[in-house]
Amino acid sequence: MHETTSNLQQLLLGRLGWEAIPLHEPILLMTFAMVAVVGLAVVAWITKIGKWNYLWTEWFTSIDHKKIGIMYIVLALVMLMRGFADALMMRLQQAMAFGDAVGYLPPHHYDQIFTAHGVIMIFFVAMPLVVGLMNIVVPLQIGARDVAFPFLNNFSFWMTVSGAVLVMMSLFVGEFARTGWLAYPPLSGIAYSPDVGVDYYIWSLQLAGIGTLLSGINFMVTIIKMRAPGMTLMKMPVFTWTALCTNVLIVAAFPVLTAVLGLLSLDRYAGTNFFTNDFGGNAMMYVNLIWIWGHPEVYILILPLFGVFSEVVAAFSGKKLFGYASMVYATIVITILAYLVWLHHFFTMGSGASVNSFFGITTMIISIPTGAKMFNWLFTMYRGRIKFEVPMLWTMGFMFTFAIGGMTGVLLAVPPADFVLHNSLFLIAHFHNVIIGGVLFGGFAAINFWFPKAIGFKLDAFWGKVSFWFWISGFWFAFTPLYILGLMGVTRRLSHFDDPSLQIWFIIAAFGAVLILFGILAMLVQIFVSIRNREALRDHTGDPWGGRTLEWSTSSPPPPYNFAFTPRVHDLDAWSDMKKRGYVRPTKGFIAIHMPKNTAAGMVLAGLATVFGFAMIWQIWWLVITSFVVTVGAAIVHTFNNDRDYYIPAEEVARIEDARTQQLAGQA
Amino acid sequence: MLFRFLRGMLLLSLAVFLAGCKSVVLSPSGDIAQQQGNLVIVSTVLMLLIIVPVMILTAWFAWRYRASNTEATYDPDWHHSTSVELGIWAAPLLIVIALGAVTWITTHTLDPFRPLARISATQTLAKDVKPLQVQVVALDWKWLFIYPDYGIATVNELAAPIDTPINFQITSSTVMNSFYIPALAGQIYAMPAMETKLHAVINKIGNYEGFSANYSGAGFSGMKFRFHGMSKEEFEAWIQKNKDAGNKLDRPTYQALEKPSEREAVRRYAQIDPKLYDAILNLCVDPNKMCQRDMMAIDAKGGLGLAGVYNVGRLAYDRPRARGHGESEAERAYVLSLCTIDRSANPTSLSLTAQPLSAAVIR
Repeated sequence: MHETTSNLQQLLLGRLGWEAIPLHEPILLMTFAMVAVVGLAVVAWITKIGKWNYLWTEWFTSIDHKKIGIMYIVLALVMLMRGFADALMMRLQQAMAFGDAVGYLPPHHYDQIFTAHGVIMIFFVAMPLVVGLMNIVVPLQIGARDVAFPFLNNFSFWMTVSGAVLVMMSLFVGEFARTGWLAYPPLSGIAYSPDVGVDYYIWSLQLAGIGTLLSGINFMVTIIKMRAPGMTLMKMPVFTWTALCTNVLIVAAFPVLTAVLGLLSLDRYAGTNFFTNDFGGNAMMYVNLIWIWGHPEVYILILPLFGVFSEVVAAFSGKKLFGYASMVYATIVITILAYLVWLHHFFTMGSGASVNSFFGITTMIISIPTGAKMFNWLFTMYRGRIKFEVPMLWTMGFMFTFAIGGMTGVLLAVPPADFVLHNSLFLIAHFHNVIIGGVLFGGFAAINFWFPKAIGFKLDAFWGKVSFWFWISGFWFAFTPLYILGLMGVTRRLSHFDDPSLQIWFIIAAFGAVLILFGILAMLVQIFVSIRNREALRDHTGDPWGGRTLEWSTSSPPPPYNFAFTPRVHDLDAWSDMKKRGYVRPTKGFIAIHMPKNTAAGMVLAGLATVFGFAMIWQIWWLVITSFVVTVGAAIVHTFNNDRDYYIPAEEVARIEDARTQQLAGQA
Repeated sequence: MLFRFLRGMLLLSLAVFLAGCKSVVLSPSGDIAQQQGNLVIVSTVLMLLIIVPVMILTAWFAWRYRASNTEATYDPDWHHSTSVELGIWAAPLLIVIALGAVTWITTHTLDPFRPLARISATQTLAKDVKPLQVQVVALDWKWLFIYPDYGIATVNELAAPIDTPINFQITSSTVMNSFYIPALAGQIYAMPAMETKLHAVINKIGNYEGFSANYSGAGFSGMKFRFHGMSKEEFEAWIQKNKDAGNKLDRPTYQALEKPSEREAVRRYAQIDPKLYDAILNLCVDPNKMCQRDMMAIDAKGGLGLAGVYNVGRLAYDRPRARGHGESEAERAYVLSLCTIDRSANPTSLSLTAQPLSAAVIR
């Protein structure tokens, strides 16, 4: 009888049972309670102000690239909170656990935290931030009305969300991987990680990866096919150039991730031996493959932010960007070289001196175009009139921070030096140096720069500056000690230390993390204050910074169709050029505009995919089959939906444009 | 404010450098690590040649061309200069050429697989010197050191006489680890079913820390050992101390030892099974398992065909070692063994060369 029940339970729920709910972990229970309370409060509040319908029709089902971009960035900021909470917990544990003190996190929990921190920060903070920025800016910069495949764009976003949902779910149902963020086998194989943690890892990345790959294709096509007439490749804004290169990298790199995780899944689910110890399996293959994706991923993240810095430096120096052509070629060279350096992540595998030096030297070669970019920003400032607004502050912070991060990176590219620094806290300090100093600082510069364009009012400058100073000082307090500890031979991912003389450095690092916490809080205050003062901060001109590219020629926020008439481009920095030549905004002769229609299909498909991922993780086979069939079915049904477009009537366009004319007249 | 901050940053980075000088990575006690540490400094200085001017220029331009300084030249259309652009590509290129040359040379001379060429900067290598052989096995979560020439083994304690070349052969029993003694030499991965090598020498008497530098699971934080650099006499005494311990490290002892455990105390073995390391490397410490080497030999000859399918169940290595509640493979006994290490103890084994493969399969 008992056996029948357990068989039935296994049939219905797979591996899932009550023991999967971590009732015995007080930290998790508290987190859960907090998330539940905050979540319910938000739901209640939205219900009270009656905005569900608004959210659904204007946002969730929207295929407007600007709104999708904003949703991506909201996702990135929400996940930043989670990833940063993990970081604080790690800093606290490492500052506490010396000698007899074991700290407050057992390895079982600590190991999940550092894995989740890495996964979340890369896949669910940095990636949505970058994709969100491209969404908001690229179509506007190239004078397009939307991306090439608007529905796919919405679907991509929701797939990213579904990956994030699975990662968050692992907090409260089951557990996350205890393998490190790249889940090297054999540790991540079924034999040494039999629990659901690695399965959560695999399926959240697989689902989010589909979203990323599709948006890569989408943006490549958009940039190549949908530029305004006259905008040749060499008249394209630098940010769009970097976005193009990033999307080329995405399209070429993400299938490798999908494949390698697929092979790992086969090992775990089907008993194959790609990466196991026995039967000729070889974990080195996994390490190679994951870094063949992983290294281009680093450039996928940083290139668009290089674009952001280029736009910001030029705008706030009141000058043309210095060396546009060499900037473009530098970007292309980095794109190509990004595929020739992956082995520098594991010189210590023992590939032999010639192989190691080849990859070490290719890595150094990347620093040449990167250095050239640095100089180009520098010479853009030369003979400029530099206004230290918040985006420019972040850019300055980036230039100083990234120079150091780049230097330590090249140092790690020297194989014999890497042998003594690999996997040490020096390495941790290095990559936080470039990812925080590059990607996050760039993201914050971009948010402050394009916020008025996307939302319609500027962000409060005072709190922006407070946030900047907390972040940058917190960053150096948090990571300088790690550089030092690395030189003292301290390795990463330890949850306990014996040598009490190291403790002071970890306490300084924890202090730095607290400063960063204030930086994040200041940013939230900045957003809150700006919303409260939105009327005073409102941007009526559409061009609050004296911008140079086409996005600043529209209103803030732009109308759904972006441009009433597709602009004609004659020169680089098209909007500057138009302003200089006395461009007159057309005020009549509007025609109806063909636009794509909102659809719930993206959300529905991603929701079904989440169910599929969950069922795969817990091996609930009936649900796996059902959700898979329904997902594919829903996708097919959606292809028969021909009601996908509509026209904004000419009168409506005229009404919007007349309002804008009056707004501009009120300014003058 | 920005500039006061920048000055602070410069002072801070100087402090980093000074603190670093006391670090084990930059001032180790072994010649290989010393050369690697020197390389860290040389490369850093080489790069500072370009980083420092860039940072100074950034600060200077930011100050000089601030919007409130109306005296500075403002030239909004200046965006191209062939000579400047040549310079900004050439300067990093020159540094990279220099650093690339250094990299090529040192990567070859400091290759961990390469036998030592010298004892230290001042001592050459005597021609007749016999290196100390040490076989290293990363276990869950402790280190096993086998001294084949002395017939002893230890857990979590390693010793070597100073100024004597040490040849490490390194493998792992279950997952990837990294064998690292910062004072001695750079790290190298320890991987199951694979062997890496490290050649090093310790030049100063001392008690040093060694650990795994690659995360390997729950007991990782405690996976440490001590490495002693000793005089010749001390080392002989140390060997004797191990010989006096009396235990033997044979296969059953090893199989008990390799079970996961954390923060193990030092263990000593006076005797060892001389073929143990080879068996560990070939995943066949259990005499019922086929050695990887033999499996590869069979595959190289075209495999066992359909009969090979039945071979699978008995050969699984990972599953019996599964952590947590992994289910075990169904029992399906077919080929007991084709060629195990210890043939005298296992009369059913068949030699690969003695009989045609197809006939050798099913018992």
